[in-house]
Amino acid sequence: MLSKLKLSILIGSFLILAALPMVAESEMIDEPFYIDLMARVMIFSIAAMSLDFILGYGAMISFGHALYLGLGTYAVGIMAHYELTNGWMQLLVCISGTAFIAFILGLISLRTSGIYFIMITFALAQMFYFLGISLEAFGGDDGLPIDTRSEFFSFFDLNETWNMYYLILGTLVVAALVLWKIINSRFGMVVRGSHSNDARMQAIGFPTFKYRLAAFVIAGVVCGLAGFLLGNLTEFLTPEYMHWFRSGELMIMVMVGGMGTLFGPLFGAFAYLMMEDFLANFTEYWQFYFGPILILLVLFAKQGLWGMLPGKEDISDE
Amino acid sequence: MSEPLLKVEQLCKSFGGVVATDNLDFDVMPGEIHAVIGPNGAGKTTFVAQIAGMLKSDSGSITFDGNDIAGKTAPERSHMGLARSFQITSVFKNFTALENVALSIQAHAGHSFKFWKRASGDKTLIEPAQKILDDVGLGDKALNLAGNLAHGQQRQLEIAMALATSPKMLLLDEPTAGMGTEESEIMRKFLNDLKGDYSMLLIEHDMDTVFSLADRVTVLVYGRGIATGTPKEIRNNAEVRSAYLGEDE
Ligand SMILES: Nc1ncnc2c1ncn2[C@@H]1O[C@H](COP(=O)(O)OP(=O)(O)OP(=O)(O)O)[C@@H](O)[C@H]1O
Ligand SMILES: [Mg+2]
Repeated sequence: MLSKLKLSILIGSFLILAALPMVAESEMIDEPFYIDLMARVMIFSIAAMSLDFILGYGAMISFGHALYLGLGTYAVGIMAHYELTNGWMQLLVCISGTAFIAFILGLISLRTSGIYFIMITFALAQMFYFLGISLEAFGGDDGLPIDTRSEFFSFFDLNETWNMYYLILGTLVVAALVLWKIINSRFGMVVRGSHSNDARMQAIGFPTFKYRLAAFVIAGVVCGLAGFLLGNLTEFLTPEYMHWFRSGELMIMVMVGGMGTLFGPLFGAFAYLMMEDFLANFTEYWQFYFGPILILLVLFAKQGLWGMLPGKEDISDE
Repeated sequence: MSEPLLKVEQLCKSFGGVVATDNLDFDVMPGEIHAVIGPNGAGKTTFVAQIAGMLKSDSGSITFDGNDIAGKTAPERSHMGLARSFQITSVFKNFTALENVALSIQAHAGHSFKFWKRASGDKTLIEPAQKILDDVGLGDKALNLAGNLAHGQQRQLEIAMALATSPKMLLLDEPTAGMGTEESEIMRKFLNDLKGDYSMLLIEHDMDTVFSLADRVTVLVYGRGIATGTPKEIRNNAEVRSAYLGEDE
């Protein structure tokens, strides 16, 4: 259960996000740029949340999670390139494609644990990154513009900024709700238990591997959806999203927001991207300054920003 | 005489040069408590891990309830009715006592690909879990985090989790490990209550517990069973006295 305070903050944040386009375009503010910025933040929030689902709750420290972000953009981009712009079809390909790849990669990587798991997820994702670079048909490392955004309903044109924005917000809210339900379900208990003590879980009768694999696939698919949105928002396909640096960024967002809190990473993504924006105004070496801030945060707030709030009942087991 | 529930023949396991289980023959009759004693490093925990399916044996056979279980995984053996407890307390510290036991029940209540309904509000798990906690005397601690329980209570929870899998046989690895005399006494009474309802392989350092509970005792030294007999026979066995009991006295 979430504490009342945390629940209020969460709902409050969603309400602010819902009101943001109106405020940003109002005469008083008139900064439509914020709409795009927050749309981006929300997409990375979804991706970070999906990573926390396996990292924070299942101790699967994937250092290649951005791969699925990239795969999502490729699904949209490649299909749009061949003029297959039907959004439902693209969505189907995106979901089944990321599920399939996550299944195969999970099958390989989940046989290892600890540092080996980190390394193998890293290596497998880098393989896809280099594959992306070598695909000249889709622009190689330059990437490829996506000419047409996904087409869902005639009355819901994604070229309208507001429509795009609310599609992303809707996905974020639904993803947060669904992942939260899963974490507290029987399935979620198995994943969390195996994080805490896998040998114990097996001794009481759980064949944990298949549950961990399923969790890995769910996280991949949700992150793939974030990629689907990202491709549509940026109208650009690039292997750069699969690069390990992006995976590292997602991990940082999770840590800043609070590992094993699910909702913390939403704020982690916000804090990270805002900080990047803010520090980048002063220096191109902004990461140099970001490092110490991160270390302080990890030292003094083990559960990140979310953990600074009172109420500890949603901490995952470890 | 009936068939043994557990029958181990010529079991072996080495770690590099260390022989932890050395051609061991062992059996447990239905309803029997068969204790295994031996000095530190004798191979007791290794033996339990081999039976529970967490360690692969080098050779030998393990028959449980009439089935050769050599090729079975640990969760499969749990479903056949083997339940183990751990020498080092392995409860889920950040779950409540109730959730710990409910998890055991869940493991034996069909598959867990159930993604929506809140597990901790699921009466089919919570009610039997509460009952088991009541039985072991932890009923009023149900909503405490397992990690906040006293050591002795965690050891009891450890066994409650094993009981919740509705086992035919308990493999108990030093249930009184790290306990004071008072806590040990409570555990001994508790195990005595279970006597007859479950077959048990009981590993124990505390001789009072062993000699008061066990029907038979096997002495393990360097992975070899050097003697098996009733508690009385073991107490009077000269070889055992010099190899093991003698050290303590
Ligand atoms: N995973 C392992 N790798 C290498 N050696 C091991 C391993 N597990 C146990 N051993 C060795 O096997 C021998 C038996 O160990 P085991 O833990 O089974 O003894 P034990 O009888 O349970 O001892 P204790 O009374 O201290 O619990 C020891 O020499 C130990 O060092
Ligand atoms: Mg031991």
